[in-house]
Amino acid sequence: MFIFRLLLKNAFRHPLRTLLTIVGLVVAVVAFGMLRTIVDAWYAGAEASSSTRLITRSATSLTVPLPLAYAERLRAVDGVDGISWSNWFGGVYVSERNFFPQFAVDPQSYLPLYPEFVVKADDRVAWERDRKGVIVGRKLADKFGWQVGDQIPLRGTIYPGTWSFTLRGIYDGADAGTDTNQMLMHWAYLNETMRARSGRRADQVGVFIVGIRDPNNAALVSQRIDAQFRNSLAETLTETEKAFQLGFVAMSEAILVALQAVSFIVIVIIMAVMANTMTMTARERLAEYATLKALGFPPEFVVRLLFGESLFIALLGGVLGLLLTLPLAALFAGATGTLFPVFRVSGATMGLQLAVALVVGAVAAAWPAWKMSRINIVNGLRHVA
Amino acid sequence: MATALIRIHGLSKTYRRGEQEIPVLLDIELEVMAGDFVALMGPSGSGKSTLLNLIAGIDKPTTGTIEVGGIDIATLGEGALADWRAEHVGFIFQFYNLMPVLTAFENIELPLLLTSLSSRERKARVQQVLELVSLSDRADHYPNELSGGQQQRVAIARALVTDPTLIVADEPTGDLDRHTGEDVLTLLEQLVDELGKTIVMVTHDPKAASRARRVVHLEKGVLVDEVPEVSAVPAVSAVSELPAAKVTA
Repeated sequence: MFIFRLLLKNAFRHPLRTLLTIVGLVVAVVAFGMLRTIVDAWYAGAEASSSTRLITRSATSLTVPLPLAYAERLRAVDGVDGISWSNWFGGVYVSERNFFPQFAVDPQSYLPLYPEFVVKADDRVAWERDRKGVIVGRKLADKFGWQVGDQIPLRGTIYPGTWSFTLRGIYDGADAGTDTNQMLMHWAYLNETMRARSGRRADQVGVFIVGIRDPNNAALVSQRIDAQFRNSLAETLTETEKAFQLGFVAMSEAILVALQAVSFIVIVIIMAVMANTMTMTARERLAEYATLKALGFPPEFVVRLLFGESLFIALLGGVLGLLLTLPLAALFAGATGTLFPVFRVSGATMGLQLAVALVVGAVAAAWPAWKMSRINIVNGLRHVA
Repeated sequence: MATALIRIHGLSKTYRRGEQEIPVLLDIELEVMAGDFVALMGPSGSGKSTLLNLIAGIDKPTTGTIEVGGIDIATLGEGALADWRAEHVGFIFQFYNLMPVLTAFENIELPLLLTSLSSRERKARVQQVLELVSLSDRADHYPNELSGGQQQRVAIARALVTDPTLIVADEPTGDLDRHTGEDVLTLLEQLVDELGKTIVMVTHDPKAASRARRVVHLEKGVLVDEVPEVSAVPAVSAVSELPAAKVTA
């Protein structure tokens, strides 16, 4: 208790210096947490992906569609448990700034493959009955203030024209990692419309979603599927949903690497600042440490004092930074709207924030503690005079 | 009949500055009786502070032996020497060397952290020495709230609280005015007369030295002459007032 009191008193001996160090730490910990959360948000799709789902797309490009007729052949592949498909709609709601993903899907086969989309039974029935109906995720509905029954106009880009949909239901996520920022519409409605407008674009799907029985057989089933369509006019490329999602993330990998680098640079900078503070602190107290050693305190006592003080300041900065990250992340998520489907500070990030703060504290104290533990008592005592 | 607490034999200390060797103490022979009050005097650079540091076990001799209470402290390792200092030596410095963030009470309690005493025992012991130095009413004051004389009395209490056999004082009145210095010296005399402590004090001040029972002169690292004892070493009377504290760290 005495030692802890001494640590506390030492830590606030120069209140302004300690306060500024803590402010620096808070900023660094917040920056680290926010940058990591942004990176996590980028990977959210991949993280939320199911190990029992494969994505089959055109081997040429994601923009090249596959014939709907492949569905029956896919269903017959050994190990396949269910088949559905979707098309990226790419519509604009009022303005380009309101971007959110829209997929045309087959509700009867799609929803069983995505149990994480929780739709009320009545809403689901209402959606299935209305071919111009859509369901949207909770986050998206909240953002635009949509209510069931609202008309939602979209300006088509890939599928030109003005489309009007009726909101038939709002789905929730089974867990916090589920993307509730999407709109799902009827693929059949899209297909009929395209058939009427331009027959050659009918019966085409963007990707097939393949449900598999055993996640351990993902590679084998993928090979079987692609083997089915080898040397055909539309060869396929099948991969796990996670690999598919990571393919999108890879497109912006340079940005992510830069963000991660910046988050670590921030930490290195504050580490240097705090090490400087602790070195300055130790030098000022040279005579005190020499006195303690003269009184019979072992060098480890001086080491404990310096490490304790540094870790205490670092922990204070870390905890304050962590507490500040949560409201800031909520503000950021609100400001960026639907840019990130899932934007939340994960437990792992919070743990890392605290760990980083403690590492900063420990590294900052290492050199002065080592130096002070080795001071010559006589030289240290002379420092007074 | 008092026995020798300190026996110094063939003691030399040489400092090295680059290639150059600087002798500071040369072949010192000295004995200090238990319960004695010895003043080390000499001009600057004569080696008196170095001799005090060697006796206190915060410096190591180049050659020779320093027996304190029968232990040759020159042969002790750093850890053992620290334990020895904690148990046997009390320090009084010219500039008091108190921890500025600790109250007078806490400063005095500090060396007791190295003992096996419980918190309650520590507090009782601190109260006892605070009364001895007449600072009970200043227990909760920080060093910067105390005068120089009061700070030195806190330092004396800190030196005394572990009930050491030997107290070393480096210019204890050097930073005090004459009147306050006299008070401090009176207190040191009391420690010798009433508690039977052995004090070795370095001083420039002949008046301060005159309060000691024995004055040893150093010049250029050599003991040059010695003023004989001014009075007989008194019988130990009040040592038992402070319960023993076993050093644990």
